[in-house]
Amino acid sequence: MTGAAWLLRRLVASVAIIFAVVTFVFILIHLAPGKPCGQVGGGEYVDRAACDQLVKQFGLDKSIPEQYWRYLVALAHGNLGYSFSLHRPVQDAIADTIPFTLQLAGAALLLDFVLGLGLGIYQAVRVNRLPDIVIGNVTLFIYSLPTFWLALLLLLIFGEKLRWFPVGGPNDLVLCPVVDSLYCVADRLWHLVLPAATLGLVGAAGTARFQRAAMLEVATQDFVRTARAKGLPERRVVLRHELRNALLSFITRFGLAFPFLLTGAVLIETIYAWPGMGRLAFDAILSRDYPLVTATALIASVVVVAGNLLADILLGVADPRLRVRADTDLVLTA
Amino acid sequence: MTLGTWLALLVALVLAAEAVRALRHRGLRSERWRRFFRHRTTSWGLGILTFLVLVALAAPLIAPFDPSRQLDILNLTNRPPSWTFLLGTDLLSRDVWSRVVYGARVSLGIGALGALMAVSLGTLVGAVAGYYQRWIDTVLMRGVDVGLALPRIFVLLMAVALWDGLPFPALVITIGLTSWFGTSRLVRAEVLSLRQRDFVAAARALGADNGRVIFRHVLPNAAAPIIVSAALGVGNVLLLEASLSFLGIGIKPPGASWGNMIADGAPSIYTAPWSTIFPGLAISLVVMSLNAVADGVRDALDPREDAA
Repeated sequence: MTGAAWLLRRLVASVAIIFAVVTFVFILIHLAPGKPCGQVGGGEYVDRAACDQLVKQFGLDKSIPEQYWRYLVALAHGNLGYSFSLHRPVQDAIADTIPFTLQLAGAALLLDFVLGLGLGIYQAVRVNRLPDIVIGNVTLFIYSLPTFWLALLLLLIFGEKLRWFPVGGPNDLVLCPVVDSLYCVADRLWHLVLPAATLGLVGAAGTARFQRAAMLEVATQDFVRTARAKGLPERRVVLRHELRNALLSFITRFGLAFPFLLTGAVLIETIYAWPGMGRLAFDAILSRDYPLVTATALIASVVVVAGNLLADILLGVADPRLRVRADTDLVLTA
Repeated sequence: MTLGTWLALLVALVLAAEAVRALRHRGLRSERWRRFFRHRTTSWGLGILTFLVLVALAAPLIAPFDPSRQLDILNLTNRPPSWTFLLGTDLLSRDVWSRVVYGARVSLGIGALGALMAVSLGTLVGAVAGYYQRWIDTVLMRGVDVGLALPRIFVLLMAVALWDGLPFPALVITIGLTSWFGTSRLVRAEVLSLRQRDFVAAARALGADNGRVIFRHVLPNAAAPIIVSAALGVGNVLLLEASLSFLGIGIKPPGASWGNMIADGAPSIYTAPWSTIFPGLAISLVVMSLNAVADGVRDALDPREDAA
């Protein structure tokens, strides 16, 4: 199988997975008891006639297969539907929130990888000595913290007690209602520190643990012994032989970072009043906003599947050995 | 805190320490146990876990107050830690220490049950897929792909929020049903390589049926990844329950779980941080201990070190 055929197969499989996720979510929310209408504006105290009218308007009185078909047809036209709770097209609501989540996830990912890789490599070089043991215990602890609890602690310490950073929101409402100047960009970054640090630190602790193990795993292999035996300087053995091979397994971890970031986004955005997609999804579920729930689930699964696919492609590019081994459908064949 | 509760706490502490010491002592005789205890963190983790399990079991002895009782809503709200209220009181004048103690039952219970369910299911699916291969493998693994494609917090939020007031067993089952995908992939990979080995062929040649081969010959040899993912699974499920309860849709008040305690404490975190900090610390301790023990198990059951 050629690389192109492999890629095509993976793309088709990815689309099928996303389609299955959308179907599953659609069925799940329509099976749930209760109607969206009863929840909006105070539970039972809803005008029945108005409610019936809304139900009719959004086609919720149709059978589930028919609603599903209508949803798919709309989706095929690139139409994600109309949000019940926000009274605006789902596309617009998502387009407004995605930049915030991207900024948060991007900053967190940067901290995660830079700090995590650095610590992991440093530990592997100093293995079983004092710095390795100290960093190992610290990362074990941070890795085990619930992200939402760490978020609250950071808010308490750096937001309330020390007052170094703002306690929530994406920007200063008075000075920077919209980001239109250099000052406001700085303001946004300043607001981004705590949420990104929360996600990034927990992620970095995990990355450091992973990278240390990957480096030590590679260190036991014959080519590393050969490199050492032929008298290469230690620095070169670590950076050129160990690190390069350990980075291969790191690529897989990169693909797995996306579900962690999305899950974190739901909690972190809620705590820091960050108007991103995670909070949008959470609010949508609470208000039984069917089109918005399905759309956020759709986007989440696209991100996860695309992350996996990207990791596999990168792995195939980086590691020529994988192109000849054809025992699973996860690998490229040249 | 009365003398009796202090005494009970002390007994739990001593028992946990002694249990770990006895295990270490016994372990010195076997190479694997020695590897398990190689890092000091593993012993600490095991000790902390034993202690917290004892605390959960003996909750009525160790907690001085009824965890749901509002002691004095006028005079005892948000009291800082003191000798009477070891970890302070919360906004509703409930004793935080008693709630942490009783919350251990809920949180550890959900963690253990949810992980047990997830790991059993994942092992079963992984073993069947890896052993029978062909179309069964394809169908199951494509299902797993779908399961992994949607972060499970979405599914759980939908299930728990839409079916308002899900009872405790249903919550455990829902968490279990959404947490087995990773394990099944691990087990499948292990089974795929094990079924090529000679001892499996020998067992089959001796007339063992498929069920026997899977459960008696293949799975025991895949124990390492299964045990590790069980240990990690308990921590993950516990964190998941805490996240759901924190978002206000897990364990219903007035019952105490560490997650909903954090949720209860969060609004008054600036004035009474103790009602938020201590339950979170309990979660972190448990998850950290589980991770440490999982590291130990990984070292102990590493086949490469067996050969060395």
